Amino acid sequence: MPEVQVRKRFLAVEEIFHEGGPIAPTPLRRAAALVVIRNPFAGSYVEKIDAFMDDLKPLGLEMALSLVKALGNNVKSIEGYGKGAIVGSAGELEHGALWHVPGGYAMREVLGGAKAIVASTKKVGGPGTRLDVPITHINASYVRSHFDAMEVGITDAPRADEILLALVMTTGARVHARVGGLKASEIKGEDGLR
Amino acid sequence: MKARIRKIATFVEETVTEMGRTINPPTRRAAAVAVIENPLAGKYVEDLSELIAIGEELGELLTQRAVAALGILGPSAESYGKAAAVGENGELEHAAAILHPKMGTPVRRVLGKGAALIPSSKKRGGLGAVLDIPLGHKDAAYVRSHFDGMEVRINDAPRANEIMVALAVTDSGRPLARVGGLTKDQIKGEDGLR
Repeated sequence: MPEVQVRKRFLAVEEIFHEGGPIAPTPLRRAAALVVIRNPFAGSYVEKIDAFMDDLKPLGLEMALSLVKALGNNVKSIEGYGKGAIVGSAGELEHGALWHVPGGYAMREVLGGAKAIVASTKKVGGPGTRLDVPITHINASYVRSHFDAMEVGITDAPRADEILLALVMTTGARVHARVGGLKASEIKGEDGLR
Repeated sequence: MKARIRKIATFVEETVTEMGRTINPPTRRAAAVAVIENPLAGKYVEDLSELIAIGEELGELLTQRAVAALGILGPSAESYGKAAAVGENGELEHAAAILHPKMGTPVRRVLGKGAALIPSSKKRGGLGAVLDIPLGHKDAAYVRSHFDGMEVRINDAPRANEIMVALAVTDSGRPLARVGGLTKDQIKGEDGLR
């Protein structure tokens, strides 16, 4: 199996105190862990690629753990998550899809069995491409206050033969959330939706 | 706190390979960025002392955040730089007031030393403006291996009445630096230049 070759790691943390309204008693924190790896399938069509998902599992765990640490090292404080990938120009979108399983399961494992599907996005792009990583509540996808997104990107990545992998976690709702819908306090937590 | 801060972002970047070569130890750099209200937006104000005072407190706060994000002690930092982006209702001189008169002293206090000029850049721009923070060795500006830059960007800042203030520190120079010049082990550290 191809070895996972990392070129660069990047960690972004945002602490949001307000957005023109009342200052939040507890600031919202959001963090993104990005890793740039070599795309072992770049440059040609390779039929059988799915085994690479297993190779990515340790990297997913490392990234998920780094997010928990960056947000205060308390698993219980994590309320939202999302993931994404940008595939360099010599790769195909399907290579980005390799991240669904290792990225998503790593966060669920680290967070102790989060129930909701991990919202995700991906694209093919050049160095400096920005990706809006969608974010939803970790236990109930329909929690409206936690619908969010974090824009990520790295100036010099992904190069043509690289993939930029992203995981995102947040500590709560949008800072001035007030458009109703299912509340985090109303989660039943049975189906990952409500 | 004199500054009315809307958000603080930190970015950490670690390069572990470049052109297939292992970077050992990896080069690491961090930037801390505060998005603040511009108290002088929308009008010409002769006296900029309010912004000068904000620059002083942000110098300390952002340096502490950047060093903490890198996970090093202040004196272990090797290079530094600063930058600001003023929203469209402010003037370039507002960035100058924050960056130049008083910001440097607390930066150097946190880092233990810092004989060299802190390289800087500034601009006026809209949301998502990209700041290229110039980097130079903190004790000797001529150390060629440490001439560098770090790009930072926040998609929702600066708003028209905001200023985005950034401070970057590293614990290393460029990966694979090999264009000669003064090296860090040759630093005399007397004049901030060599």
